[in-house]
Amino acid sequence: MTEDAPPIEVRGLVKRYGELTAVAGVDLTVRAGDVYGYLGPNGAGKTTSLRMMLGLITPTAGTIRLFGKDPTQSVHALAGVAGFVEAPTFYPYLTARRNLQMMAAFDGGDARDRVIDALETVELTGRADDRVGGYSHGMRQRLGIAAALLRDPKLLLLDEPATGLDPAGMRDMRLLIRRLADQGMTVLLSSHLMNEVEELCNRVAIVRSGRIVYEGEISALKRGASTAYRLETTDDDRALAVCRAQAGIVDVKREAGHITFSADEAAVAPLSQALVESGALIRAMAPQTVTLEDLFFSFTEGDAVQEPAATADAAVTTTQVAH
Amino acid sequence: MPGVATVYRWELFKLRHQKRTYLGLGIAILVPILFVLAVHLRRHHERGGGFAFSDYVDKSGLAIPLVVLLFGAIWLFPLIAALVAGDIFASEDHNGTLKTILTRSLERWQLFVGKTLVAASYAVFAILLCGTVAVIAGSLQSGFNPLQSLSGTIVSAPKALALVYVSLLLYLIPIAAIVCIGLLLSSVTRNSAAAVVGTLMVSLLFQLIGILPGLGGLQPYLLSTQFNAWQGLLRTPIDWSPIIQAVWVCAIYAAAAIGTAFLVFIRRDVAGG
Repeated sequence: MTEDAPPIEVRGLVKRYGELTAVAGVDLTVRAGDVYGYLGPNGAGKTTSLRMMLGLITPTAGTIRLFGKDPTQSVHALAGVAGFVEAPTFYPYLTARRNLQMMAAFDGGDARDRVIDALETVELTGRADDRVGGYSHGMRQRLGIAAALLRDPKLLLLDEPATGLDPAGMRDMRLLIRRLADQGMTVLLSSHLMNEVEELCNRVAIVRSGRIVYEGEISALKRGASTAYRLETTDDDRALAVCRAQAGIVDVKREAGHITFSADEAAVAPLSQALVESGALIRAMAPQTVTLEDLFFSFTEGDAVQEPAATADAAVTTTQVAH
Repeated sequence: MPGVATVYRWELFKLRHQKRTYLGLGIAILVPILFVLAVHLRRHHERGGGFAFSDYVDKSGLAIPLVVLLFGAIWLFPLIAALVAGDIFASEDHNGTLKTILTRSLERWQLFVGKTLVAASYAVFAILLCGTVAVIAGSLQSGFNPLQSLSGTIVSAPKALALVYVSLLLYLIPIAAIVCIGLLLSSVTRNSAAAVVGTLMVSLLFQLIGILPGLGGLQPYLLSTQFNAWQGLLRTPIDWSPIIQAVWVCAIYAAAAIGTAFLVFIRRDVAGG
């Protein structure tokens, strides 16, 4: 592991299968301590990117460095790195314990001493001696985490870890990832579950058609998006005119029984006063919270953003398309 | 650090927990027993009738393993060898576990070598098991008697026993080539059934080419011909030429197959599973 090298540094990553470009020039940097969401719709190239990061697929072009080492050259670059792509898989005719013992043997070092702890962490101790062939999807997902923990990773790459789980399973998975992150593990979480990413991650990359269309802090992304408000008054005609005349109030629209507009927080108080002074009394005025899902759709649907390389610094400008 | 020995140990462990392992070993045990049973029934009901080598098997039980070797070349031993060799890479694709083991601390070549050694070990074990069962069952049926060589000389029972085991070892030369073809098909097709059946088909194809008229010139270079090399041991004096021929012909088949399998496995993208 190279000192001070970021856990993941990807530059110009491309993967082509004949005419099809699965990944079209991905750049991303995951910093130590990040819980990094890698978001994109199905077929956007998330899993292919992760497979390349884990050395399973050879990139057509570009570079990958995990703690400064190239995983496409040697498996030694995966020292301190663990995870799974798509559903974790095991030998169905062996028990969970035997599967983990085999993984530990293939890891070497003191991994075999961690088998029992890993099973306890994912709460599978009671079923450890059952064949994996009889496991539910959720149990296999948890066993996948256990197999990753055997490597005592500093970086965890998880591809859709909650997909296919029931609500309780999803909650447990989120808690588990949160706990691991709190212990100092850097996590790259590929997902299309917005609430999962919003709850767990501090930074995200949004990928569309094999390209990154946003990379940066979630908070910056949301901050950059203008906040939408919903307004109900005693006189919507008058209120509409006041809103349109008021500085800092944009995108004013009249809809059935209410008005919507976008504004910075600082512009809202003067608007309240202006409405009252005009005689249009406020029945209700509430911010319509911008969710990561709203922003995600703004990046991944339609023609809103097609060019890559929106960075954290550029978040404010690129996210103007959110509304 | 883990290495080839680690892979070999765990692949053997996995083999012990798969049904196909016991299917192959069961065939290896059952075929010589059934053969001896057939000899026994023939002796009681069809005295006077016979098949090739029937005189040999009546006089000495040590002829039984040699007759099994003779007839097993067509499908029996290629099938047993292919059951594991054809499955050992393809089953990782079937279970989706290739991505699991390739993201641990083992290089791909270490996994390849470990798996190859296990497939070869299985073939060795199955053939020695089959030969040993044939020796025991044959001796119980026809006695642990001296054996008549193919040149007509009589070989003492202990020496004949040694010749049987050396013959089994020589038989492993073409079997090694079959194992390599199985490994190649396993890594290329990524489908266990296709690889097992394909290996058997390749073996049968060689047999077919060997009997086609006008292709006699190819005979010395066919893999199927090399399954008879051990018969050189049963001549007086020993005829080494088919044995030497088998070594280099099989080495070419094996090297071409295993080299291609290695390149395919090392370079492939693991995009499924």
